[in-house]
Amino acid sequence: MRKEKFPIGIPGVNLREIEREVPVTEPPAWPINDKLKHVGKSVKRTDAILKVTGKAKYTADINLPGMLQGRMLRSPHPSAKILSIDTSAAEAFPGVKAVYVLRSNMSGAEPKGGEDNGYPEIKYAGQAIAGVAAKDGQTAEEALKLIKVEYQTMPFVVDMDEAREPGAPLVFEQQVEQEETGGGGGGAKGLEQQGNVRGPSTKSFFGGPRGDVEQGMAEADVIVEGIFRTQVQTHSALETHGIVADWKPDMLTVYASTQSTKGVRSEMASIFDLPESKVRVICEYMGGGFGAKYGAGNFGVTAVNLSKISGQPVKLMLDRKAEHLAVGNRPNSWQELKIGAKKDGTLTAIKQESYGTAGIGLGAGVGRVAQAVYECPNFLTEQYDVFTNAGPGAAFRAPGNPQGAFALEQLIDELAEKLGTDALELRDKIDNSVVRKEERRLAAKAINWSRRKKPGSDTGVIKRGIGVAQSTWPRLIDIDSTAEVRMYRDGTVEIRSGVMDIGTGTRTILSQIVAEELGLEPEQISVKIGDTLFPNGPASGGSKVSGSITPAARNAAYKAKQEILKQAAPKMEEKAADLELKDGMIVSKTSGKTMSFKDALKQMRTSQIMTSASREDDYGGFMVGTFISHGDLGSVQMAEVSVNTETGFVKVEKIVAAHSCGRPLNPMQIQSQVNGGVIQGISYALYEDRVMDKNTGHMLNANLDQYKIAFSMEIPDIEVINIEEYTARSSTDAFGIAEPANIATAAAVANAIYNAIGVRLYELPMTPDKVLKALNLV
Amino acid sequence: MKQTEKKLQYQTTLIVNGKTEKLTLPAWVSLLDALRHHLDLTGTKKGCDHGQCGACTVICDGKRILSCLTLAVAKDGSEIKTIEGVGSKENPHPLQRAFIEHDAFQCGYCTPGQICSALGMLEEGEAQTLEEIKDSLSGNLCRCGANANIIDAVTEVKANHYE
Repeated sequence: MRKEKFPIGIPGVNLREIEREVPVTEPPAWPINDKLKHVGKSVKRTDAILKVTGKAKYTADINLPGMLQGRMLRSPHPSAKILSIDTSAAEAFPGVKAVYVLRSNMSGAEPKGGEDNGYPEIKYAGQAIAGVAAKDGQTAEEALKLIKVEYQTMPFVVDMDEAREPGAPLVFEQQVEQEETGGGGGGAKGLEQQGNVRGPSTKSFFGGPRGDVEQGMAEADVIVEGIFRTQVQTHSALETHGIVADWKPDMLTVYASTQSTKGVRSEMASIFDLPESKVRVICEYMGGGFGAKYGAGNFGVTAVNLSKISGQPVKLMLDRKAEHLAVGNRPNSWQELKIGAKKDGTLTAIKQESYGTAGIGLGAGVGRVAQAVYECPNFLTEQYDVFTNAGPGAAFRAPGNPQGAFALEQLIDELAEKLGTDALELRDKIDNSVVRKEERRLAAKAINWSRRKKPGSDTGVIKRGIGVAQSTWPRLIDIDSTAEVRMYRDGTVEIRSGVMDIGTGTRTILSQIVAEELGLEPEQISVKIGDTLFPNGPASGGSKVSGSITPAARNAAYKAKQEILKQAAPKMEEKAADLELKDGMIVSKTSGKTMSFKDALKQMRTSQIMTSASREDDYGGFMVGTFISHGDLGSVQMAEVSVNTETGFVKVEKIVAAHSCGRPLNPMQIQSQVNGGVIQGISYALYEDRVMDKNTGHMLNANLDQYKIAFSMEIPDIEVINIEEYTARSSTDAFGIAEPANIATAAAVANAIYNAIGVRLYELPMTPDKVLKALNLV
Repeated sequence: MKQTEKKLQYQTTLIVNGKTEKLTLPAWVSLLDALRHHLDLTGTKKGCDHGQCGACTVICDGKRILSCLTLAVAKDGSEIKTIEGVGSKENPHPLQRAFIEHDAFQCGYCTPGQICSALGMLEEGEAQTLEEIKDSLSGNLCRCGANANIIDAVTEVKANHYE
């Protein structure tokens, strides 16, 4: 170990130095961004030209010699037993090369194995049953119609309120043991399950119940409470889930539209009983995921089996309807929240009870926003999962958190009003976060908070309002994150990792990091990612990528640098310790002698230098399971809206989004990601809603027309404020921004609507009918 | 069976990015699938296959169309411009440059459709105000939410090259 001084804090607020002990193999501390050349600069995306010219190859674009097209048969019934399946006619259909019937359901809470007859029970309309591979898509679709399935239909329930009733049709007759199914947290193992209701879960990571809520409520001078509802949202990535499977006797190669190459590899290896060394997963470009694209999936298992049977590669992409039905969604919520406070604003108790349905999945909790944002000695949460006959939920950009923030931040505003305090002043009092305090100050200035009027005080038909909401997200790190740096004799430098780029700009930040360390330009660094032949990288989820892979990348580059300096030193008649890399040159700090980096590479002992490094444990950090995790990525968003009180139409005019992600690596990419989180948040706040028909058990709007998502015409002016916040936790001190960007938006819009019309909306999405109803106009 | 298949095949000529392509296609093949599967022009993307997301937008005889809702055989003799024909790495179109400058994408899957749609809009010359531009680009979904930067990029190109 050696002692090293690091910058810590927020420049302009509380920047100072901290001394930490770090392993001797770690590179020296970087100064703050304004003293760095590439890190912290808005470097253009290294893959931009490929994306704008249509040359970037996504899974859907992969075309292998002899490749077949796969299609899937899905259940038309929301609940049924499969009595028999006859695939003979489909198999005999000209052009069909393989038919495969699923023997278990890969996603959802049902234990693997299925029924006695070998077919999994049907638990939702759209559940995968079988797949066909044929010479083209049309042939495969025709063949699907020839598969004869005999169903015994069963009672079903798709509405969460009905599913909670005693005597409701049971989605699962047996006890469900899993903790969670699609990411995003769920109850612990062995939780009580009554009817379709499982729980309560009383814990969230970093904590759980604290103090005595009843006593806290008794001590309160003021109590605010409310019941809040949020809807089911589907991820709707523009590239659907899909895979190209190429089964060969010596190697299974899978091109997958996935957020985790190593995750797909380990699942495929386990399902097909292959060593991980014989499974290769590639994801070069990927058309969005937002939390839903993990694992092998029913479609993946089907495609691999079809390839195995036919001996040919098989492409199987989901269609848009299946994408809505079967591969993930953000669970809905019903939340009862109660907050007690003293007259001076001090919180005395927060009590939360929630129900949510992730369909046949688990993980419908409402996050840790209520638990973690504000100082409060007494806290209790009881969160229940409710099973319904609908597709399994999946992690979706800050699982549970937008739901939780929608309730918490509205009640905090209500409390401020009851206490006669400004919404920001109250937050200044009850929120200990230094970064959010600074964010509030900057955001208030940007949106001109001081012009905010009393609720509903605008005259005229169109009323304007301003609102605020806050959030927190932990700094999650995947230790299983490794990068390899290669230097070649021809002067080129390459970085390799299995991490993929979901669209956030992973390639670009890796080139910046390596260029910074080696004194090169980012465009000189070739970035090879998204392939399990490279060292394991983190999954693109949980806002983990920047924090997990960039320290590994810097450390690998640092090791390579030491090696090349060691080799160059005797040639320069210098000591390696006196040499540094700067602007493409090796420079002696003592004599000023130089040698170009390219010349040094030309004279390497071997034709390439290869070094790899893994993510170190955090400097002075904590460890939770296999993830390092600590602290608080604080965010504050403010919204300005106009509400037409005759039509109920809400227009978001402006969003100011103030965020921290540690050391910002690429402000332009951060701005893009925050824009994206805000736009998804607006879409969630005002438009998106999965509509299920109680009578048929079907989703009524499984398309991109009636499932309304924000388009350009709904996009407001967005101002992103990015705070530099140093924590001295790793060699790059960087963290992610994806999830924080999406948490507070809907809540901020809700508070702005209240400020505009003086009536609060307790249910998402805040569509015109709900606005008019709140105004007592319908 | 073979005879039936033969009957359903149609000779179709498309002029794609300036190149004459003679195709023999069943009538039901969409222009999108013809481009992607028969000509290996995978820059044009399939997002919904129902004309609801705009990812498949191409320029046909000077107008932007949804290639997933268009039968290839119905465009016999037409000039089609796809993203591959808009510009190249060596010689990108101003819109492609502007998309890079403004970081007008994240995952990039909707980008070819966005650029073709913007190109069509600029050539049409109808959308003038910011509101009209936003409205006119609202057939193209961007799930990553790059819309703000897309609008900036397109507005800049309009000001510099179309006024």
